[in-house]
Formats: sequence, C-alpha cells, structure tokens
Amino acid sequence: MILIDNLVSQQWRGTYTLFKKEVLRFWRVAFQTVASPVLTALLYLLIFSHVLQGHVQVYKNVPYTAFLIPGLIMMSLLQNAFANSSSSLIQSKVMGNIIFILLTPLTYLQFFIAFLAASIVRGIMVGLSIYLVAIWFVDLPIVHPLWIFAFALLGSALLGTFGIIAGIWADKFDQMAAFQNFVIMPLTFLSGVFYSIHSLPPFWQTVSKFNPFFYMIDGFRYGFFGKGDISPWISIGVVAAFLLVLAWLALKMLKSGYRLRG
Amino acid sequence: MTVPAIKIEQVHKRFGNLHALNGIDLTINQGEFFALLGPNGAGKSTLINILAGLLKPTQGKVSVMGHDVVDDYQAARMVLGVVPQELVFDPFFNVREMLRFQAGYFGRGRENDAWVDEVIENLGLTDKAHTNMRKLSGGMKRRALIAQALAHKPPVIVLDEPTAGVDVELRQMLWGFIKQLNRDGHTIILTTHYLEEAETLCERVAMMKQGEIVALDTTANLLEKLAGKNLRLKLGNAVLPTTLLPMLKSGENGVYTLALTEPNQLEYVLSELRKAKINIEDMQLFEADLEDVFMSLVGSK
Repeated sequence: MILIDNLVSQQWRGTYTLFKKEVLRFWRVAFQTVASPVLTALLYLLIFSHVLQGHVQVYKNVPYTAFLIPGLIMMSLLQNAFANSSSSLIQSKVMGNIIFILLTPLTYLQFFIAFLAASIVRGIMVGLSIYLVAIWFVDLPIVHPLWIFAFALLGSALLGTFGIIAGIWADKFDQMAAFQNFVIMPLTFLSGVFYSIHSLPPFWQTVSKFNPFFYMIDGFRYGFFGKGDISPWISIGVVAAFLLVLAWLALKMLKSGYRLRG
Repeated sequence: MTVPAIKIEQVHKRFGNLHALNGIDLTINQGEFFALLGPNGAGKSTLINILAGLLKPTQGKVSVMGHDVVDDYQAARMVLGVVPQELVFDPFFNVREMLRFQAGYFGRGRENDAWVDEVIENLGLTDKAHTNMRKLSGGMKRRALIAQALAHKPPVIVLDEPTAGVDVELRQMLWGFIKQLNRDGHTIILTTHYLEEAETLCERVAMMKQGEIVALDTTANLLEKLAGKNLRLKLGNAVLPTTLLPMLKSGENGVYTLALTEPNQLEYVLSELRKAKINIEDMQLFEADLEDVFMSLVGSK
C-alpha cells in the first residue's frame, strides 16, 4: 500500500485516497464482506450439486457442478459489487460522515471513479476467492480467459454503479434493503445462475432476455466452457449498454448534488 | 489590498416557501476572529453550509479567499476547513487514519504527515491516535472533528457550534488552541450560543435573525452603542414605580435589573425612587454584556 501511495501523482491523490478508504472499509470487516459471501456460495454449491448432480445436465460433457460454479461466482461478484458502494453510501449518509467527502475539492467524477473502483475490487475479490476454493473440489475448464475477465470487470462495474445510484437515492436502511430484496435478488435468481434459460418455457425465456443479469452470467459462463445460451458478443454489448446508461444516470445525480447537496 | 477571507454578497436561500436567508452581505478579512450569533433557525448553519458548498445559494455570490464557492469550488474548498456541528465520525478507522485520509482528499500526501501529527498533539489526541473513532468519548470525538477540519492546513477555519455540549475544561483547551491558530494567521469564523465566548474571543460579531444580519460591528462597539449599563436595585418589599417599568429587564423577589442606555438615566431612576419614597437597600451598576445586545436585537422584546 505504501509503495502505491508514493507512486500516485498529486493530481490523482484525492481520488486514490477515497478509493483506498473504500477498499480498506470493506477489508477491515473482510469476514463479513468477503469470507461470508464465499461461504454462502460454497453452501449453494454443496447443496445443489448434491441434489442435482446426475439429474440435470445443461451442456454436453459439462457436469452440473461445473456448470453451476461460474453462475455462483458471478452471482456473488455482482451482489458484492452492489453491496459495496450502496452500503458505504447509505451508512455514511445515515451516520452523517459523508460530509467529510462533501467538504473536499473532489469532483463528482472523482467521487464516482473511487466508489466504482472499490466496488469492482470487492466484486472481483469475492469472485476470485470462490473460484480458488471451488477448483479444489470440481474440475473447471477455462476456455476463453479474456471473456471471463471482461464480464467480471463490466459486471462488477455495472452493479457498482447501480449501488452508487441506490446509495444516493435511499435515505434509510429499509429502503436499501427493499432495493436489495425486491430488485437485486429476483434479478439474480431469475438470470440462469442455476439453469440454462433453454430449460424454461418460451414465455420465461423471453422474460429472461430483458434481465441484464442473464447476459452477464451467460457471457461469464461462456468464458469457462466456450458454450452459452447466446453469443458473448451480444451479451457484452447488452452489459456495456446498461453500464453506459447507469453510469450516465449516476454521474447526472452526482453532478446535480441530488440528495447529497441541497 | 488583500482579498477578503470571506465575501458574501446578497445571498438568498429559499427552501420551498421558507426564506432561510434574505439578502446577506458580509465581508470577513483575513486574520479576523469573527463570530456569527443568532437564535436557532436564524440561518447561521445555512450560511455556513453555503460557504462549505453543502448547499447552493438560491441567489447571490459567496467566495473564500477570492474563490467563488460555486464556480471555482475546488479552489474555494482547498482554503476552507469546516468543523460540523454534529458529532459525526467514520466508525471504520482510527484517528490518525482519518486525518491522513482527510488530508489525502485534498491532494496532500506523506509530506503532510508531520502537520497531521502536530494537530494530533496540539489537540491532546496523541494517546488516542490509534483508537478507533467509534471508541472515543464525546469530547475526544469533538477534538477529532476539529483535527479533521485542519488536516489540509486551511487558512480559513469555520467552526459551527464547536463547544456545544463540551465541558468547561475542554472548552478552555479548545479556545486556547483556536486562539493560537488565529495568532498563527488563520482566519476564524465561529457560531456559538455562548455569548461570553464571542465577547472574550472575537473582534467582530454579526448577529442574525430570521435570515438577516441585524447587527455587524466590533464587539466593543456593539457593547458601547447598544448595551449601555445595567443597574441592579434591591428594594426590599417596595414595588418598582411604574414610570421605571419601560427600563425593566428583569425583576423578582424585590431585586430589579434596569437597562440604562445613557449614564444620565441613573439620576432619573434615583429621583423617581425618591419621589415614590422607596428605600434602596442595595445598588449595583455593571457593564452590560453581549447577551444584552443580543437580547435587545434578536429577543422577542
């Protein structure tokens, strides 16, 4: 950390400091923010693979347990990227200590970059941890590492941005909980973490195609197996488009001072 | 001429129908020790929040050391340190970490660490430098809050009710520290409810009422012009003559305090008492304080 501290130029020091603070904030409570989502994902893996292994096969020559792992990694990565920016913002708004950032010369863009980058770090750290534990138990190929990386990066960026929007918008913890339970959770569970959308009735297949989480998970899984429900190019396009729209919205909110400055 | 530390020109702030600030004009020079007084809801905090960039003025201009707080907000915030009124803190970090982060947001790096340590020491926080903010007592949190405002070494420092709920000992210590900052050249602006503090510390005072400045002068002038003297009379069982009632400030158990705006009023009071054949058991003449000025300007009278 000290080495990086010295390398950062003065111009970037403000942004870097906020990023560093946001990373340390979750790292200080890593049991809750990293270890516990990893454990949850492994429990899913244990239960679902035990119950469904041998009964369900989604792709040829891909055991269900292996199929499940990229979905679980992506699910945890997305949820944690969202949780990082949203919980940091809502906490510091409720506690009042967001004022320490609002009093500084940091621009709205620097604010956005720092919160976003910290969310990406947390998302990828959780995802990578699950991967590193899971490969002890399951044989998992990696066919296209670049696709894996691209979807991990854009997915965590998308949810980190979404978390910024939710964190700015929400005034109370229960509003944030509603956001998490009524938006994030359904979108994740109905996205193909546990199944291929081809196994769904046509109506639900169509519905799934309106869910951005489906594209992130399908594209991410494509990186491991070289197979997916749709082309990764389409998926990456959809994810990038969603990211652009949400980033535009988040920046607009931050620039106007919405719910942060009166 | 040097640029003023703070320049506020015709600032209005409306929250819906509420006109929180109604055309404030105020210039504070570099090196001043300035107090902003007023009852709750007078608009002091609104004005400070505009200064700090937490609120935007509906109308008007505000600058800090010549930098507009809206158009040139980065430069304005660089030269301003604000101590918020509420005891807010970040529960994840210790005192030294928080101060280093705070300096970092302003673009300051390791070269600033010596200053951070100096602030920690001067505020008596050395023993607590590695204590988590969450575990600090109220008084220590208040000190840490002041330290945070100073972390980037701003020339202009605003303290919003810094001694609210602080015990006497800490209050003395804080004022000693703030006076030292002022001697070192920092401009100090504070809001306070403790009028005797403003009286002993500040060269100039602005009094606010309902979003307007109702008095702006040196502390000495305000005391001289508006306060006059107080006369305390002990009259035993006698009742104060009705002719003296307009001068009455307070009275109970036969002890009356009259406000004298002119010295020759003393003669008038005595003659009225003589006329009414009232015996004076005891009499005391004393200088009015800022509280009297304050009450006469913003009180409900």
